[in-house]
Amino acid sequence: MPVEIPKDKWPGSVRKVTLGATTAEGGTRGKTVTVGGESSLPFLHFESETPCRPAVAIEIRDRRPDDWSPLLIETWEEVIDDPAKWAKAAEEAGADLIQLTLSLTDKNGNPNTPEAAVANVKAVLAATSLPLIVFGPGQAEMDNALIVPVAEAAKGERLLLGICEDKNYRTIVATAMANGHLVNARTPMDVNLAKQLNILISDMGLPTDRIIMDPTTGALGYGIEYGFSVMERLRLAALQGDAMTQSPMLVTPGFEAWKTKESKVGDGVPEAWGDWLKRAIHWETLTAMTLLESGADILVLRHPESVRRVKAAIEELMTPA
Amino acid sequence: MALSGIQIYKLLPQTNCKECGFPTCLAFAMKLAAKQVELSACPYVSEESKAQLAESAAPPIRLVTLKSDGYEVKAGNEVVLFRHEKTFYNKPGLFVKIDDLQSPEEIKDAIAKADAYQVNYVGIGLGVDGFAVEAASGEAGKFGAAVQAVRSASKRPLILVGSDAAVLEAGLKVLTGETVMIYAADANNWEAMTHLAKQHKAVLAVSAPDVESMAALTEKVKEKGVEDLALAVDGGNLSKMLALSTQIRRLALKKNFRPLGYPTIVFPKNPEAAAQAIVKYAGFIVLDHFAPELVYPLLVLRQNIYTDPQKPIQVQPGVYEINNPQPNSPVLVTTNFSITYFSVANEVEGSGLPAWLTVCDAEGMSVLTAWAAGKFDAERIAKAIKTFSVADKVERKRVVLPGHVAVLSGELEEELPGWEIRVGPREAVDLPKFMKEAL
Repeated sequence: MPVEIPKDKWPGSVRKVTLGATTAEGGTRGKTVTVGGESSLPFLHFESETPCRPAVAIEIRDRRPDDWSPLLIETWEEVIDDPAKWAKAAEEAGADLIQLTLSLTDKNGNPNTPEAAVANVKAVLAATSLPLIVFGPGQAEMDNALIVPVAEAAKGERLLLGICEDKNYRTIVATAMANGHLVNARTPMDVNLAKQLNILISDMGLPTDRIIMDPTTGALGYGIEYGFSVMERLRLAALQGDAMTQSPMLVTPGFEAWKTKESKVGDGVPEAWGDWLKRAIHWETLTAMTLLESGADILVLRHPESVRRVKAAIEELMTPA
Repeated sequence: MALSGIQIYKLLPQTNCKECGFPTCLAFAMKLAAKQVELSACPYVSEESKAQLAESAAPPIRLVTLKSDGYEVKAGNEVVLFRHEKTFYNKPGLFVKIDDLQSPEEIKDAIAKADAYQVNYVGIGLGVDGFAVEAASGEAGKFGAAVQAVRSASKRPLILVGSDAAVLEAGLKVLTGETVMIYAADANNWEAMTHLAKQHKAVLAVSAPDVESMAALTEKVKEKGVEDLALAVDGGNLSKMLALSTQIRRLALKKNFRPLGYPTIVFPKNPEAAAQAIVKYAGFIVLDHFAPELVYPLLVLRQNIYTDPQKPIQVQPGVYEINNPQPNSPVLVTTNFSITYFSVANEVEGSGLPAWLTVCDAEGMSVLTAWAAGKFDAERIAKAIKTFSVADKVERKRVVLPGHVAVLSGELEEELPGWEIRVGPREAVDLPKFMKEAL
């Protein structure tokens, strides 16, 4: 029976954005990573080609994290006190990108300093040839204090800088413009706020191919349906031609999934939750998988086994049937 | 696809007799299109028009129900491609597969365990919906015994899996008075399978390599009188599965293409494929084994995706007494988003420490979202504390704010003179430690 498959023809497409710069391009990276470029909903190869594969980043810290699940601490134990070694280990675990989060305080509880932040970023850049994403601790003032000197010290590397939100975007965008970096524009799970921040950033003069959009999300069981639908709506708006929603999307399923009780806690939880380690990895992997289906271009994860599984799923989704 | 008022008008007598209670046939047609009246109000409509209108009123994806003693699993009747357009209605049934190579005793043990499984998520008890029994032995006797073993350990709906109608029949004979699914009819065995489905009033899954041959096959099966169908989508390759599921859903909803207007059934090869099946349109999902650490996240994902986006799940604002609080126990504050409430309440309960948990009306949003939207500020928190007369319950006036809204503590001090304002942890999971050490 002849069946005509309904295919959507979209006027718009997602912008291509390249992270990292090689020596020839003014940086020191061994390779660059380009994401975006979709002109259909995720992985619909019968409709149009998916030019870039979604990238998987591994999150590392500038020091041993205080509040991570024991399962993660155990996994990274050998490298967890040295960000350079951690970056190397993350690269070996299959990461396409390294995401370094700078802590609010040092291991003794004193505030982090620009000098320490710069030294750690330089050490990580020297240890890995992958493009780097650098996030501050997530408090606007501290982010500014740490990210600006980092941006200057790593001029030309096309780092992806965050957290860039409505409170501090001016500072982060200005330093990204001056030093040849990209920004991660984060908004709290809302289509209009995401769009508005993109407009504000573009108005400052940062070229749109240096903006990544971070719509934030919730973990499985903790609001993932909001993140999922916001991303679907943003992607549909992008395809319909709304230029201010056409940035590739970054999400942090690792961060979200590993703060849930299901991943963090092994004792005193219901028996129906099953094996702790397997459950925690399913939690992270399935959170990531759900976001991949709603249009994620960069997924930041924490556990190497989740990275392996998500990358295998991406490989399969990228291969037309 | 629903007809417009004008299309319906063309099928009416167009005599404006007014016997339906409306001044003209067109007015009546408009009401029909809006589903505000029944066609039976028109005494003169032709049989032919009736049939055509009934056809157009049928849902684009047929509702298929598996039934057993006391249980029902429904799939189909979906109306949108994206949940934000309205909502996804019928959660895909989650089934666990077992084969007949094991002894009946082994089968009973495995099924009983999965059947009894229940996990609590935001106050809702979740579990698996049914079981699939595979005729792997190829022997009718063995298969019948396996189905009997499953039925003795669980009353939930069943899917019988195999390619030989004669073998599957041995399973169907064991089961009476229920609606089973037979999996699956293909190009080779469809006549025997259709006959079997018709005889036992079963739902029939139809398997074909692409949409064209699948559509051709469902038409042939329908002609033989079996209308409750499910479409088998290959769960072995993510890319293929996504393309096929999307094409089937689009054809049904956008083109009202009846030959593919049925729910799908998927046997995902791994957890990633199962997650994709949940978010991308599956009607029935059959897992190849039961493991609580996998079933739990899948049930939660299904619950999340099938939540009505217009109505976030909320709890009643008020003061919740946890672990028998006393006048010197702390007052904790949070929002009325159910996930937020249950995360906090479970932690406090688990800690064994008493507290007055005050739930503010934040329009069903989580702490951060509500704060960003201006629905969870010092004024609202103070209002809740006053409305629920919290001050009358405590001697020590001590209120703990969620760490994410630490910034509100100054304003709240102004709003609530005489209260000690404390800032708690950002995440609920850290509450027991905070309550033990800091309060």
